Amino acid sequence: MTNMKDVEIKDEWFTPKSKNMVKAEMVVRPSLSYWADAWRKLRKNKLAMSGLLFLMLLAIMAIFVPIFSPYLVTATDYPNQNKAPSMMHWFGTDDAGRDVFTRTWYGARISLFVGWMAALIDFFIGIIYGGISGYKGGKVDLMMMRIIEVLYGLPHLLVVILLMVVMDRSLTTIIIALTITGWVGMARIVRGQVLQIKNYEFVTASKSFGAKTSRIIRKNLLPNTMGPIIVQMTLTVPSAIFAEAFLSFLGLGIQTPFASWGVMANDALPVILSGDWWRLFFPALFISLTMFAFNVLGDGLQDALDPKQGG
Amino acid sequence: MIQYIIKRFFMMILTVLLIATLTFFLMHSIPGSPFDEDRTSNPTIQENLEKYYKLDQPLPVQYVNYLKAIVTFDFGPSIKKPNESVNNLLARGFPISFELGIVTILVAVLSGVTLGTLAALRHNGIIDYLAMTFAVVGISVPNFILATLFIQVFAGQLGWLPAATWQSPLHMILPTLALATGPMAIIARLTRSSMLEVMTQDYIKMARAKGLKPSRIIIRHALRNAMMPIVTIMGTMLAGILTGTFVIERIFAIPGMGKYFVESISNRDYPVIMGSTVFYSTFLIFMLFLVDIVYGILDPRIKLHKKEGESS
Repeated sequence: MTNMKDVEIKDEWFTPKSKNMVKAEMVVRPSLSYWADAWRKLRKNKLAMSGLLFLMLLAIMAIFVPIFSPYLVTATDYPNQNKAPSMMHWFGTDDAGRDVFTRTWYGARISLFVGWMAALIDFFIGIIYGGISGYKGGKVDLMMMRIIEVLYGLPHLLVVILLMVVMDRSLTTIIIALTITGWVGMARIVRGQVLQIKNYEFVTASKSFGAKTSRIIRKNLLPNTMGPIIVQMTLTVPSAIFAEAFLSFLGLGIQTPFASWGVMANDALPVILSGDWWRLFFPALFISLTMFAFNVLGDGLQDALDPKQGG
Repeated sequence: MIQYIIKRFFMMILTVLLIATLTFFLMHSIPGSPFDEDRTSNPTIQENLEKYYKLDQPLPVQYVNYLKAIVTFDFGPSIKKPNESVNNLLARGFPISFELGIVTILVAVLSGVTLGTLAALRHNGIIDYLAMTFAVVGISVPNFILATLFIQVFAGQLGWLPAATWQSPLHMILPTLALATGPMAIIARLTRSSMLEVMTQDYIKMARAKGLKPSRIIIRHALRNAMMPIVTIMGTMLAGILTGTFVIERIFAIPGMGKYFVESISNRDYPVIMGSTVFYSTFLIFMLFLVDIVYGILDPRIKLHKKEGESS
């Protein structure tokens, strides 16, 4: 600004950049959809990605190890009971000579199955209930939320324990018991999201074009509520896995000789002071790693799916 | 505020009634009588037993009796231990479970808040990193796994601490730590994130500008406001600790209520199951109610409606 006179004004400063006109208007970064952007952000989060990788490996092992293992999950082998890990039995054997390696991966099957089924059922019930409650609003919403409020006050695991006492102890029962109270959290989240989004301009615009309610819910509301819903699902899975292990540990879930991580930990309880460390160690390790993986993945997704967070 | 409390109070009664009814009908939907397993071939004995426990009456009458039992808090005798009333079991077991629960909450809140505050003050530093790693691990390891690992290591291999029962403060260390680690981790994470948020607020800058000591700023001004989210999750945390006592008491052979509850489930001892379920849920729901009220008192925005324009 000072000494304006000293600056020599050159003519070439004023030649129009005609050739570059079009390029100047171009957006440098490729336009990313919501999901592509979320994936880009998630990929940068090393902890979340290692969680995802671990879960994928876990799923593959859970599917294939029990199929290709030379040992059956329930097969007893009394001469070889309580053997330490060796080439024959990589994770050792339990008090009936069952192979702990095979049982660990079979347990992974149970845990992943219970976790995902519980999350999926919660997802469907939650979306329908929460969607209707949030979209309809008014008296319907008030009534539906009253029901949820009462259900929310129930001590979750206590109800599950009661149901497990009454029904026969099977995997289906565990999933039913878990979802009977579990969907409430999901429904609350969906309702909150729908309530917020349904008043946005793009929904009004869609309505003014004459879109049907079903189309608005499918095309406008659901895609925009997906972020928090997916985060909630990744957090439901570990809590369902925990609940199954907890129930099996109390003797209310899966029963020996069938394996789940909770059952294996429970069976190891009498021998923990005797030095047979492998019987507790492996199920404990895998349940903790799985919960850890889901937790860090959930955290990562929470950040990645939040459009307000840059990075 | 009064109106809010009254509304919450009726909600609470309704929830307790619901869980009591649910328990009753679930227990009675099981085919057969609780005495089937005793193999008492003599029908007269069976009849007398059913009369003694009032199981011969029609279901609606039993339901009314049951509701009466809840209101007067008298659940009658246990089926498997006929000399013992359910009330006796509760009176003997509950103080121990309560002690375990209270110590756990104290440990969890005190160390969780300290850890979270330290992490927030050294944001992105080594303490922050370590504390948050600990927090994620703490959330991931189930309490019953932690308990068994603790016994294996500290009682078995190292032999430092007793592995079971509930006699001296030394016996309390392992069960309390196993039960407190999860809630502690959750509290540490919450405290950290809300402290990070609060520390950037204008009133903290103001306090700094006034020249207050950092310790005073943190304790009096920041922490007080950062505590709100922790009060919010107190309810779910209490539920977690309560159900946690079932497994912890079983693993450490602590003669608390959780042990009786789990025993009664595997024995199908209906009066004990019903009594303790109703007791547990009433206790828990009452605690949730208290948490709600405390929250309303702590957060001035709930009381003052729209008068203060601080956040809305």
